Amino acid sequence: MPFEALVAGCLAYVALMFGVAFAADRAASRGHVRWLDHPVVYTLSLSVYCSAWTFYGAVGYASRSGLEFATIYLGPTVVFTGAWWGLRRLVRVARMHHVTSIADLISARFGKSNRLAALVTLIAVIAATPYVALQLQSVSLSFEVFATDSLTDIPLAGGGGTALWVAGGLALFTILFGTRNLAADERHHGVVTAIALEALVKLTAFLALGVFVVWGLADGPADMLDRIAARAGDPGWILRPDRWTALLIVSGAAVIALPRMFQVLVVEAADEDRLSTAGWAFPAYLFAMSLFVLPIAVMGQQMLPADANPDLYVLTLPAQSGQNWLAFLVFLGGFSAATSMVVVCTIALATMISNHWLVPLWLMLRRKPQGDDPEDLRGFVLNARRLAILAVMAVGWVYYQATGGTAALAAMGLVAFTGMAQVLPAMIGGLLWRGANRRGAFGGVGSGFALWLAMIFLPSVGIGAPPPVPQGVDPLAFAIFLSLAVNTLAFIGLSIFGMPDPVERLQGLSFVSAVDPIRHSRLARGADQAEPLLVMARRVWGAEDALRFFQAEAAFQGKSGYLPDLTPRFLTRLERRLAGSIGAATAHAMIDSVAGGAELTVSDLMQVATEAQRAKEETQRLENARAELARTARQLREANDKLTALSVQKDAFLGQISHELRTPMTSVRAFSEILRTPDLPDADRDRFAKIIYDESGRLTRLLDDLLDLSVLESGQAQLSITPANLHDLIERALSAASATRPERVFRVDREPLAEYVGVITDPDRLLQVLINVISNARKYCDAEPPALAIRVRRTLRGGAQIDIIDNGSGIETARQALIFEKFARLNDPARAGGAGLGLAICREIMANLGGEITYLPGQGGAAFRILLPRRPPVPVNAGLRRA
Amino acid sequence: MPDRPLFLERASFRRRRLGDAARVLPVLAAGLILVPVWWMPAQVSFAAGAVWLFGIWAGLIAAIWALHRALRRADAATLRASQAITQDDGHAL
Repeated sequence: MPFEALVAGCLAYVALMFGVAFAADRAASRGHVRWLDHPVVYTLSLSVYCSAWTFYGAVGYASRSGLEFATIYLGPTVVFTGAWWGLRRLVRVARMHHVTSIADLISARFGKSNRLAALVTLIAVIAATPYVALQLQSVSLSFEVFATDSLTDIPLAGGGGTALWVAGGLALFTILFGTRNLAADERHHGVVTAIALEALVKLTAFLALGVFVVWGLADGPADMLDRIAARAGDPGWILRPDRWTALLIVSGAAVIALPRMFQVLVVEAADEDRLSTAGWAFPAYLFAMSLFVLPIAVMGQQMLPADANPDLYVLTLPAQSGQNWLAFLVFLGGFSAATSMVVVCTIALATMISNHWLVPLWLMLRRKPQGDDPEDLRGFVLNARRLAILAVMAVGWVYYQATGGTAALAAMGLVAFTGMAQVLPAMIGGLLWRGANRRGAFGGVGSGFALWLAMIFLPSVGIGAPPPVPQGVDPLAFAIFLSLAVNTLAFIGLSIFGMPDPVERLQGLSFVSAVDPIRHSRLARGADQAEPLLVMARRVWGAEDALRFFQAEAAFQGKSGYLPDLTPRFLTRLERRLAGSIGAATAHAMIDSVAGGAELTVSDLMQVATEAQRAKEETQRLENARAELARTARQLREANDKLTALSVQKDAFLGQISHELRTPMTSVRAFSEILRTPDLPDADRDRFAKIIYDESGRLTRLLDDLLDLSVLESGQAQLSITPANLHDLIERALSAASATRPERVFRVDREPLAEYVGVITDPDRLLQVLINVISNARKYCDAEPPALAIRVRRTLRGGAQIDIIDNGSGIETARQALIFEKFARLNDPARAGGAGLGLAICREIMANLGGEITYLPGQGGAAFRILLPRRPPVPVNAGLRRA
Repeated sequence: MPDRPLFLERASFRRRRLGDAARVLPVLAAGLILVPVWWMPAQVSFAAGAVWLFGIWAGLIAAIWALHRALRRADAATLRASQAITQDDGHAL
């Protein structure tokens, strides 16, 4: 294929990528994000893991070390088997805190410490520089393959020149689509979509080549396996358990911790649900990319001259076989792999550099003028990112030029992997262990970084020699194990012996429990300062976005306008949104400086805990109150039922009492009228006068009863307390009551001996009660022959109880509750005289005497129990009355 | 935690056991990949090793796929069950 055609095809492909990214960005800005947010796009964007190192280097790696190359893809597969509980949780927590990079995550977890973020950024930059150089090298190497192949050897194809063009083009693309805006979440739809497309190109190219090699050059899978088996005995291919394990660990760490992987895996994820698809689809992608690596390596070794670069077998194999179109497709695949990696890597690094190096530095330098200068921070941040992108690209290119691009691709990739793996203990520990603290993180990351620098990075660039290792141990595996072990031990040890500060403890709780950051009321104190905060947010987001956010927050609080109250909720949300643009540490510092918040103290923390506890107690209290209310309601309902029944009774009684009063009154009036007749015989006059006398007597009794009752009820009855013998009282009551319906002869069953019980009470009142009860029995007992039983017992507390039981039909259950009420009267035609006040008076008397009278159900007739205390209580107002 | 129910209904119980499976799977995967290399590196370094490795790999992918599908369904079922309970409560009140 002519070199010009290659360049033209390449440029067309680049133009396509620019177009796709542009279209996706436009669609996203119009809100058409549904297909951009699709899990498949997300999964494909994860394939940025497969850089040019995979595309070219994996075959080179396999031809040198056999199956060992697979560790780089098996490690991520093992990590993704834990996607459901591990990665989903990581993504959820990171989205919750609007994390912008792995450095930001670590810094946010460990108390929003910017120095920690700056350290992680340093590791990332040092580790990534050779990696970016590696991509540039692979692109220029692949150009050279075609250049030397073609007849017209164009000087442009010189290694440095190509790399420079590529670096420049990539910087342009990244700046265009990576720093377009400073959104509250660092998502780049254009870039991600372009990368997803490149992922498809990579995969198609590699699978096409694989199919061509296995079925075109070899005779199918069986033949391929035979060819691999023929390599048996090659000492370089024997797997070494220590290296195997170390590489699995490191590649598993890299798939999370590499800046570009964290960017696509966590930062660009809309939510954690897409991981349920990516959880199996990404391992499947890696599987597909690895399946043909070994066949291509074996085939390349057998068909190509011994001095051919194994890293370029994927290009030279089809080119040698005359498959120019396939070679071009593979070239595009490799180009895609390299460019997508460089773009995402530089975006991630630029975010970290600007958020954790440049912006804090700038804010620190500008601290002196202070105040809300209208300076456009947003512009500064974006420019800082553009600068950082150019710088990363330039350093990568310089590194490539300086090292001359001689190192094998695989070795350079592993340097980056092992470097970023040093961040992992702090990250995992921070997510799982509330006790992990900043000193531990500093100690762990710092010691791991130092060991990595000394044992892996510096030897890889030719400075110093790798340290001596024990015989029979692989130096790389030894360095990996040692650095990670020291790292983890320092992290755990310093965490155990350190005390985290309050901000850190709040963040730790939020990260480990995956709950919303707890809102603390520290910042809410102070005057109304929403306006300076709005000014600050405007500097970061631009006027329109800031106003929209503030208005939404104010509306949420039920306020109109743009200035919400400084509630803890609002401040927390503002800080997290700002953190999404400039990182947790800077956002925290800026809000602090504007809102003038004091340091968070342990007592604030305790207050948070107390508030939570109080909320819990409040809930419990409400629950109790609710139960109490239900109970009261039930009691009220009962009372109401009773009142209603009483009201009915009362109406009936009023009718009755009117009638009772009216009947004697009528006779009195009528007979007094007759008495006025002048010539009335004396006998008649006497008779009529007697009738008037009797009727007025009845009236008086009725009124006496009512009066008596009201006196008793008011508690002002005069009692004359003396000792008395119950036997005598009962005797007197029986004889007095015998006047009621004297025609009936009752058999009275008594226990005379038991009746000799002395009591201290008001004997006249007690007698009144006894007479009433016995009279009632005489009135209402309907048995034939009627009988009355009287039982007296001494109670345990020195009082007495008197049961009076007849053998009649008793009182039906429904009415038992009402008989003691004032206006109650049994609808008994046999009633004699009373107006239903008798038992009510009895009850009041007994209450005044400190005892009670109750109805005893189930005694074979109407039964009443009179309970007397040892002595009547002293009335509360007795003393007053005496005075 | 006093509010935590002692026994769960079928849907939630199944959901939790699937969650346990999701935790075991990475350990199983790491074991399958590591043990043979430590045990007999010479035998697994060539054609047989390739077949074994890619076989395990494909099996793991299928396992994750099946597990995630089951987990998603179990989540939906648990959600439905809890909604049904809430609705019943609503009727009762």
